[in-house]
Amino acid sequence: MNLKLIGGTAALAVVSTLAYAGTGAVADEFKWMTFAVFGAIIALTMYITYWAARQTHTTSEFYAAGRSVTGVQNGWAIAGDYLSAASFLGIAGLISLYGYDGFMYSVGWLMAYITVLLVIAEPCRNIGKYTLGDILAFRNNPKASKTVAALSTITVSTFYLTAQMVGGGVLIKTLIGIDYTVSVIGVGILMMAYVVFGGMKATTWVQIVKAVLLVTASIVLVLFTWGQYGFSLPGFLQTVVSDPKVQAQVAKLIGDAATNMTAEEMGQRFLEPGLFLKNPIDQISLGMALVLGTAGLPHILMRFFTVPTAQDARKSVIWAMSIIGGFYVLTLFLGMGAAINVGPAFISGLDKGGNMAAPLLAQYVGGGPESMLGNLFLAFVAAVAFATIVAVVAGLVLAAASAMAHDIYVGVIKGDHASPREQVVAARTASVIVGILAIYVGIAAEGQNVAHLVGMAFAVAASSNLPAIFLTLYWKRCNSYGVVVGMLVGSLTAIGLVMVSPNMTYPAPIIKEARKVLDGTPAQPAHDAIPAVPASSFACQLFDLDGCVKAEPAHPATPAMEAQPGAAEKLALLNEKLASLSDEEEIAAVKKDIDATEKAKAKAEADLAKFGNQTTSMMGLEKPFFLLKNPGLISIPLGFLCVIVFSLLFRDKRSEDMWGELYVRQNTGIHAEGATAH
Amino acid sequence: MSKPEMNWAAINADPRFQALHRKKSGFLWGLMIFAVIVYFLLPIGAAYYQDLFKVKVWGPVNLGIVFALCEFVVAWSIAGIYAKRANRDFDAMAAEIIKDAHNIK
Repeated sequence: MNLKLIGGTAALAVVSTLAYAGTGAVADEFKWMTFAVFGAIIALTMYITYWAARQTHTTSEFYAAGRSVTGVQNGWAIAGDYLSAASFLGIAGLISLYGYDGFMYSVGWLMAYITVLLVIAEPCRNIGKYTLGDILAFRNNPKASKTVAALSTITVSTFYLTAQMVGGGVLIKTLIGIDYTVSVIGVGILMMAYVVFGGMKATTWVQIVKAVLLVTASIVLVLFTWGQYGFSLPGFLQTVVSDPKVQAQVAKLIGDAATNMTAEEMGQRFLEPGLFLKNPIDQISLGMALVLGTAGLPHILMRFFTVPTAQDARKSVIWAMSIIGGFYVLTLFLGMGAAINVGPAFISGLDKGGNMAAPLLAQYVGGGPESMLGNLFLAFVAAVAFATIVAVVAGLVLAAASAMAHDIYVGVIKGDHASPREQVVAARTASVIVGILAIYVGIAAEGQNVAHLVGMAFAVAASSNLPAIFLTLYWKRCNSYGVVVGMLVGSLTAIGLVMVSPNMTYPAPIIKEARKVLDGTPAQPAHDAIPAVPASSFACQLFDLDGCVKAEPAHPATPAMEAQPGAAEKLALLNEKLASLSDEEEIAAVKKDIDATEKAKAKAEADLAKFGNQTTSMMGLEKPFFLLKNPGLISIPLGFLCVIVFSLLFRDKRSEDMWGELYVRQNTGIHAEGATAH
Repeated sequence: MSKPEMNWAAINADPRFQALHRKKSGFLWGLMIFAVIVYFLLPIGAAYYQDLFKVKVWGPVNLGIVFALCEFVVAWSIAGIYAKRANRDFDAMAAEIIKDAHNIK
């Protein structure tokens, strides 16, 4: 999931109310279709929950579906757990707005599974039971490692969960116009029903259903958009390059640099890197967090305890990689198809992050906004997006609840002496607590900037969970001290750096932009080209330190610009012009201009009202101190380093004694937790 | 089912287990390092070798797109190679040890 995407989703709250005045993308006369499709999907998942609930009695059944999920089923469930709304809607959207960079972005999400496959899945299946804490407690001090593992699991899951709840609420509101609070409560209650009654079995099958729906919807859309080019890649991309809407988008993105380019060159630029991702160091940092973080995500890790053997764990990653990879290849066609058929300007007009690209493409493919079929397609895609949110959220709640109930309550408080019945009650109670918390946080965070939360989840998983799991599994000297200190330092560094990063909201640029809209800008003389300024040192590329010269990109020469009037003045001018016009078309054009100006004015005024008397971010900073959006580059090595150093500094007899058993068992699967017989 | 006591240190020192450990570690590290290098070539190439990525090779399809698509193929190939090797060699070697585990003292 992308930082920007979620930012876009949050921004969507504002944009969507402006665009639809709260009615949603589906026209009123077709709403019944949307509700019918939604109803069908909810009914199906409720049936699954009913069926699963009858088979969920023991702890192993609740947390791990009795370890009876097959490799293929688990592969689909992993895909369903992993492909969030941000992948489905967000990456297609990024591609539709920024072309190549959006597609390049999707590669990391698949490559992440190589780490999962090669180093995590099978060993964790062999020595684990239900949670991350169980893996670490195998050779480290059980109470200490279960406590930090649970804290880390709850932190990662809560960050991820909040972003999903906020993004999901906004999405449902934009798509079908249901009130934000109602959407969040609806998603919350459904997901609690799956988890509390059906446990892992229901969650697994909801994720499988969602993954199948998602893949089907994507394939259908791609068949329609790519099929007319005879499935020729150059043929399809040639249409993209020649499309005037795409060329206009490139002209907008590269600004002055477009002056000397032909239309065809601008279209080709859409297929080249550099329109969206500007900072290579930030990308490498994000790449590290993705490739190492996915393997440390508790809700993904938990999926490997549901299969009977390590061979099935292997098989499930192979299946998951095929499905996830195949899906990301399809996003290229979804995104580009939306760009040529709907147009980047229209997509970003509805949502800055591009989240509406796939739904709008579905509507277009079915015959457009006026047609029955178009709205049916849109309704279907909206329902898939909804299923996506509940499935991902259910997995997250289960992971957080297992950390609370199994690690903290049973493991630490009860010292592993809890009756089977007590354990199941604890698990269900914890699920209800986490579910209610998720709903509360979702409502409380309405309209908040949640851009940093998903990045934080991946960064914490990569800097805290992964070093601890990896070194526990593969390094003889690793011990409790290293694991506890490494996890705390890794996660606190990751969170701390994000809090002072550009992801947070800084009032100064928002106020400046709002003032520009309201007061207008003075005339600017022409200026010559300015060459790029490199940062004065590597540290200066990462931190805003004293005496640093900040890197600046080159600016091409620009002609003089006339003064722009403020919004009020501009409105007066436009209204004056309107009164003097008689031509229908001109009147319509001016009216549209007035509309746009009024919206911009309202937004600027709202921004000023919100931020006008603030000068710093919530951390008390005027501008970011840490300059990367993702902290992985620093926090991941630091997490590893702390585990290593503190393991070497202190000795822990149990960690040393258990090494032989752990290493043999993780490689052979002797004494691994078996499937429960039915 | 009660689990019989095992002498883990002895199994760990058993030549068959050591052979499995050596073969598996080398193979996994090799694949992992290869995958990481290939993956990071994409953002590095897109940032620092844009002229190379812009070279058109098949109509409007440029090297950048070809390389990004290749990353998918690489990921799938690594998964396939690992699965084949693990199914054929590692599982059999582990099965040998498991069968005999309680006798290793």
